[in-house]
Amino acid sequence: MASHFPIPGKRFVIGVPYAWLFVFFFLPFLILLYISFVDMGESINPFKPIWDPQTGILSLKYENYWSIFRDGEGGDLFKTIYIEAYLRSIWYAFWTALLCLLIGYPFAYFIARSPASVRPALLMMVMLPFWTSFLLRVYAWKGILADQGVLNQILMGLGITNEPIQMLYTNVSMLVGMTYVYLPFMVLPLYANLVKMDVRLLEAAYDLGTTPFKAFWLVTVPLSKAGIIAGFMLVFIPAVGEFVIPSLLGGPENIMIGRVVWDEMFTSNNWPRATALAVVMIALIIVPLAIYYHFTGDAAEPRK
Amino acid sequence: MAEAGPKEGYLVTEKLVKRFDEAVAVDEVSLSIGKGEIFALLGSSGCGKSTLLRMLAGFEKPTSGRILLGGQDVARMQPYERPVNMMFQSYALFPHLNIWENVAFGLKREGLPKSEVKQRTDEMLGLVQLTPYAKRKPHQLSGGQQQRVALARSLAKKPKLLLLDEPLGALDKKLREQTQFELVNIIESVGVTVVMVTHDQEEAMTMASRIAIMSKGRVLQVGTPEEIYEHPKNRFVADFIGNVNLFAGKLSIDEPDHCAAETGIGVIHVGHGVSGTLNMPVSIAVRPEKIEISKQAPDAVGPNLFKGRVKEIGYLGSYNTYIVVASDGMKVKITEANTSRQDLSGITWEDEVFFWWSDGAGVVLRD
Repeated sequence: MASHFPIPGKRFVIGVPYAWLFVFFFLPFLILLYISFVDMGESINPFKPIWDPQTGILSLKYENYWSIFRDGEGGDLFKTIYIEAYLRSIWYAFWTALLCLLIGYPFAYFIARSPASVRPALLMMVMLPFWTSFLLRVYAWKGILADQGVLNQILMGLGITNEPIQMLYTNVSMLVGMTYVYLPFMVLPLYANLVKMDVRLLEAAYDLGTTPFKAFWLVTVPLSKAGIIAGFMLVFIPAVGEFVIPSLLGGPENIMIGRVVWDEMFTSNNWPRATALAVVMIALIIVPLAIYYHFTGDAAEPRK
Repeated sequence: MAEAGPKEGYLVTEKLVKRFDEAVAVDEVSLSIGKGEIFALLGSSGCGKSTLLRMLAGFEKPTSGRILLGGQDVARMQPYERPVNMMFQSYALFPHLNIWENVAFGLKREGLPKSEVKQRTDEMLGLVQLTPYAKRKPHQLSGGQQQRVALARSLAKKPKLLLLDEPLGALDKKLREQTQFELVNIIESVGVTVVMVTHDQEEAMTMASRIAIMSKGRVLQVGTPEEIYEHPKNRFVADFIGNVNLFAGKLSIDEPDHCAAETGIGVIHVGHGVSGTLNMPVSIAVRPEKIEISKQAPDAVGPNLFKGRVKEIGYLGSYNTYIVVASDGMKVKITEANTSRQDLSGITWEDEVFFWWSDGAGVVLRD
């Protein structure tokens, strides 16, 4: 469309975000990649240069990656704390995204189906939590879920339990916190998708003998596939690397990959391994995603 | 008009009313439609025709009144319980399903065995000549093809009543004319009863066996296309269907077989009685194509002969349109078919002309 009419400044407008991504995403990523292939540094240098001009030795270190997959020389493949942390992170990120979808879909559905006049107010309420500090909101969950917290007080007050139930510092509290924080990222793309849907398609389904419940599964859900995928990815991807919420709400035994990277970086001061962990994490997320989009990208957005 | 077709009474609406808050969308509509009939609801937007159709489909619950289909009151049935299917305006095909799945959608909901669903779906695709397109998605088809998919989908369940909502509204003019006949042929080959909604009088007149003219939620007249065109019951219907010249005046003669009215251009004679009262206000409706025009006075002088001056001429290919200003300043529209070249081509702007029509051409309207 635009190619027929040269628009002045078009390249500039498109170029700015690309330049931004290049300088602040791609170049840092190259630095990350570079560090992941060098040796640990000594004293104040976190890493050694890849080429030592004094000795003339070029040292590409694959050990940073090897050590992620294999524990020492004789260790079993894939039986490392890193792989465990990756799998655990992906597992909980998956559950976070799934819970967000289960809670967020009805939410988005009813906002999209409510009268146009009240929709902006309802959407505002979805985004309202962003107005307060993220940390404050996560700490508030501590107050709710702690042994002497609001929820336990209520349960004991009602006589449902005599002793406080351990809720904080468990997988449950971590999932609650993650789901709570990431919910808007699920609701917004789903809403944007559902509000576009032609309600006459539902009428057509009713007309052809489909009950409203079945029409929801046969028409609404398939047509919102693009929104479901977008919302799922928007929650899943940041949730895999989430560091703050598992640290504040999660149990001590369940170390997520974000925490592992942090520890390697700041406790062990092992920058090469920390960056190698980060590179593997990116690969773990981007590669399946790219394959998925390659095969379904076209079908995900149904045209009219 | 109550002239009943031989098979009336298959679909009956009894004093059907739909109120939205205070606004009355459909006001005591009583219709009786025969089995196998193609019946059109015609009116401009907001006349209530779409609300009436949506009540027949079950998407709106009537405020009061009954809808009888084959003797069964369906007014309170859910849309998915009714033996009624609809072809939606701009079709509402499911974009995520292919053509075959779209047509099979309703059949699958009936819980029929797979072989039967397949047989019936294939049959429907054959009927609308879209078998080679079965695996395509709706957006890969042209507008006319999409329309046929929509028709096949709405006929697949063998509905007792088929509803068409502006069936040709989404097609361009050229395709429309061709599709009109195609659509009627398919519908008649299936033999289903049809109620269609349209704002396009040509569409209604070509496709429907009978038409109901609606305005402000009420049905003003029901009749065959010919009845409505030749004998409109009131000014609205006369004006709505086709072009018409309306001469306002007072009834001066009223006999059983003829009458006359004094109007601004003179006395107009009409070849039917009205059984009204003398001096009551009436309008005489005369269609433009029923008026003759010439520079010379006609040989045989009839009752309705007037003089005027040509104001506008429009050449429209198959016919010419003249706007003639009559003695009282009224603009009379006259159309003449372009068959004879010689005598009409002589008329030009500002010419003094005679125009006349037979007493059978006019219709007296009371309101």
